[in-house]
Amino acid sequence: MSLLWLPFLPLAGALLVVMAGRLPNLREALSLLTAAVLAALTFSWYPVVTAGETPTVVLFDFLGSAQLAFSLEPLGLLFASVASGLWFVTTLYAAGYMRGNNEAHQTRFFTCFAIAICGAMGVALADNLLTLFLFYELLTLSTYPLVTHKGNAAARRGGRIYLGILLGTSIGLLLPAIVLTWVLTGTMRFEPGGILDGQVSQGMATLLYLMFAFGVGKAALMPFHKWLPAAMVAPTPVSALLHAVAVVKAGVFSILKITVYIFGLDFAAQGDITRPVMWVAAFTLIAASLIALTRDNLKERLAYSTVSQLAYITLGAALATSMSVMGGAMHILMHAFGKITLFFCAGAIYTAAHKTLVSELDGLGRAMPFTFGAFLIASLSIIGLPPLGGSWSKWYLMLGALDAEQAIMMAVFMISSLLNIAYLLPIPARAFLFKPPAGSPIGLREAPLASVVPLCLTATGCFCLFFLPGPLMALLSPWNDS
Amino acid sequence: MTAQLPALQILLPMLASALCVLLRSPAGAWLCFTLATWASFAVSVLLVLATRSGAILSYEMGGWEPPFGIELRIDALNAFVLLIVSGMAAVMAPFARSSVLAEIEQTRVYLFYALVLLCLTGLLGISITGDAFNLFVFLEISSLSSYAIIAMGPNRRALLAAFQYLIMGTVGGTFILIGIGLMYMLTGTLNMADLAERLPAMADSRTEKAALGFIVVGASIKLALFPLHAWLPNAYAYAPSLVSALLAATATKVAAYVLIRFIYTVFLPERAFDGLMLSELMMALAAIAMIAGSVVAIFQHNVKLLLAWSSIAQIGYIVLGAALVTTAGLAATTLHLLNHAVAKGCLFLALGVIVWKTGGARLSDLAGLGRTLPWVGAAFVIGALSLIGVPFTGGFITKWYLLVAVAEQELWLLAGAVVLSSLLSIIYMGRVIETLYFRAPSQGTTRSEPVPVLMLSSVWLLALLNVAIGSYSEPFAAIARTAAGQLLGGTP
Repeated sequence: MSLLWLPFLPLAGALLVVMAGRLPNLREALSLLTAAVLAALTFSWYPVVTAGETPTVVLFDFLGSAQLAFSLEPLGLLFASVASGLWFVTTLYAAGYMRGNNEAHQTRFFTCFAIAICGAMGVALADNLLTLFLFYELLTLSTYPLVTHKGNAAARRGGRIYLGILLGTSIGLLLPAIVLTWVLTGTMRFEPGGILDGQVSQGMATLLYLMFAFGVGKAALMPFHKWLPAAMVAPTPVSALLHAVAVVKAGVFSILKITVYIFGLDFAAQGDITRPVMWVAAFTLIAASLIALTRDNLKERLAYSTVSQLAYITLGAALATSMSVMGGAMHILMHAFGKITLFFCAGAIYTAAHKTLVSELDGLGRAMPFTFGAFLIASLSIIGLPPLGGSWSKWYLMLGALDAEQAIMMAVFMISSLLNIAYLLPIPARAFLFKPPAGSPIGLREAPLASVVPLCLTATGCFCLFFLPGPLMALLSPWNDS
Repeated sequence: MTAQLPALQILLPMLASALCVLLRSPAGAWLCFTLATWASFAVSVLLVLATRSGAILSYEMGGWEPPFGIELRIDALNAFVLLIVSGMAAVMAPFARSSVLAEIEQTRVYLFYALVLLCLTGLLGISITGDAFNLFVFLEISSLSSYAIIAMGPNRRALLAAFQYLIMGTVGGTFILIGIGLMYMLTGTLNMADLAERLPAMADSRTEKAALGFIVVGASIKLALFPLHAWLPNAYAYAPSLVSALLAATATKVAAYVLIRFIYTVFLPERAFDGLMLSELMMALAAIAMIAGSVVAIFQHNVKLLLAWSSIAQIGYIVLGAALVTTAGLAATTLHLLNHAVAKGCLFLALGVIVWKTGGARLSDLAGLGRTLPWVGAAFVIGALSLIGVPFTGGFITKWYLLVAVAEQELWLLAGAVVLSSLLSIIYMGRVIETLYFRAPSQGTTRSEPVPVLMLSSVWLLALLNVAIGSYSEPFAAIARTAAGQLLGGTP
């Protein structure tokens, strides 16, 4: 099968969804089918990439000698697998959620969803900066109708911040950075070892790295993080897949990819090229955790938690050692599973009990044991406790900080883990241990099955990832020098 | 037959214009307009095919040999401009039918079409001729007819707008004429190729410098380059919808062509840019235009005015590329002629449909129309994205080439201005799009009948063209590179 199926199959899926718009059951079935096929296709590339090959397809010359081209390297395959695999689970969840809450414009919703996945896959497979930029922007634009889905004043306000920051940073910083790279080096290809070494001065490289890091607004480095909490006006499946997985991970993935294949780890580690970004990431990491502590709205708290967790990955890239890159790449996967579970839970709580605030959750664990059980598991995974997947990525990130001889960054990781405990664990604790308010109905009141099954699946995933890191290690072996 | 193509390019719309007056019926005039623009488009396609590899066509009008007779001379650049002008007119013809009937008095429709065709004749003539005085004649033909068609706008303010344009336009035309006169005085010839050969002998004469100055200022007025832009917003805002769209898509492009042609082909860049600081001046004005135009656009309540101010900003991009004096810069400018025409044409046509439906172009008239007229709203969004310069639209292609061209010269401030202007365009287009989709529809009177398919087809043809160019621009980019090479190679 050609590599081109990966980015363009979701587009075909979007077309099918539009055509089946009047038949909701068929529409959702087609959506699920596309997602399943896409995930299977993506996984089928695993043996090829693990064997060390980099399959490449050139579409055509897009701008003069700059090509529209795709290639599949280990990091890209990892991100593509996460996005496509979780797309399937989310589609299942969305079908239940959208019907359960009687949302309007469901055809538009599923269509934009598929286009957004096309954008994410394009970012994952981009062979050069230009292709990456094209699909990055496609992802931004296709998610705008999803964020503003409700169409009310709050949605418009959220959408304005969302589009303003994401388009502003990408056109204002990322595009100039790409143009600069092209003018300075004459190439935009992602190449092992990077393309900037020996072509630009240290000062220019430092500036470029800053422009890339802030230009990729989807990575939500402060002060360009506001779009992520603003995007929480969207229906919960959107927050789950896009703002825990596809959109935000496209951001940090881009930073990882640029660090590894444009700068090259050897070059990036020289001098102080990545230092400023490292400090910004460390600040974001702590500050966002502290803000999360103060938020009572559940989705908003999760959003700030995401901002903080994304900074882990950016910090991993900025440390520029093979261990930290490996930790960052793993964190893309681990955090995706954890955070999507948390969002699924938030949506299930909203659907079943119509509660959105943390302070309203007292005793709800007795009515929704599966949901809050999953919430607990996912929280522990994000905190990084064994036996859950999240402990692997934190382990490698900390090793990376040691490798780079940045003791302070070690401390940052540790403090942040403590903060994670402080803002995540009180939620299941309240639900399970506190008394429910007087007069609340007794007995099991879970959300519809289509919502509960996916969140149990992803919570189990958090668990399995701890015991089965082998395939992941094999994929990331280029950076595994322990 | 093919040898006569250059003459046909001008004669077709000219004769069709006369035919419109004879036909008198609105339907007949529209049919005549449509057929003439389509035929003229076909001719320009053939001309582009003949010149895109770098060949130059020369046609002796009436059999009189140049430099004594009038020569029509076509290279890659003006074939491309001809393609834009006739292509835009051809695409807009289906739209014209209902829009013109709604906005122009029944008894004057045939005159309107006759004048539009005359205006097209002028624009095509300016682009095709190789004779400086002939260029002035066509310039006046297009200007006079455009004053008249702007004045036919439904609002009475159209009269004042047309009058403003008439004053400024006449000053501009006269300046160009004075410049041409000075050159004639120096060299005794009016043929551009001949002028280019003879002027170097007059190098450093003040007369030559004065001629250059007059022509640059005159063309800049027609081009509406900041600070000579005052006529443009009102002229676009109060003209009939078809005229706003057509002029926005073609007239300023032709004026930009005049500027480039005189500087690069007649005066030759190495002398034109030497001594007068013309390059620096043009860059500075372009940068101010890009930012000031966008800022003013943000505060407009009338969407036609908003688009007009955005045009002033976009003209800045066009002039900026031309001021860089590099192949990359000129190629970016040439491409932007096309991409801006397609994007602005799409936006003005979509707005034209809205005017047809609601009778107004204020922001409040657009409220909620994204839901009631989904196809029109979507086309408007595509045009807006192209204007912002989002990937997979034509606007991205030019923005890329322009940024690369500016970065190659290490003009970081200008690169910043280009980026800032794009960011500002997000704000002003965002306002319109939010109104289209998030505001509740106003309770005003709207037409009950559905939007005619012909109107929609024009709008969507342009919207799709935006995306098509944005996805695969190589054929046009190749022409633009050829044109840039010819301009810098000094071949007339």
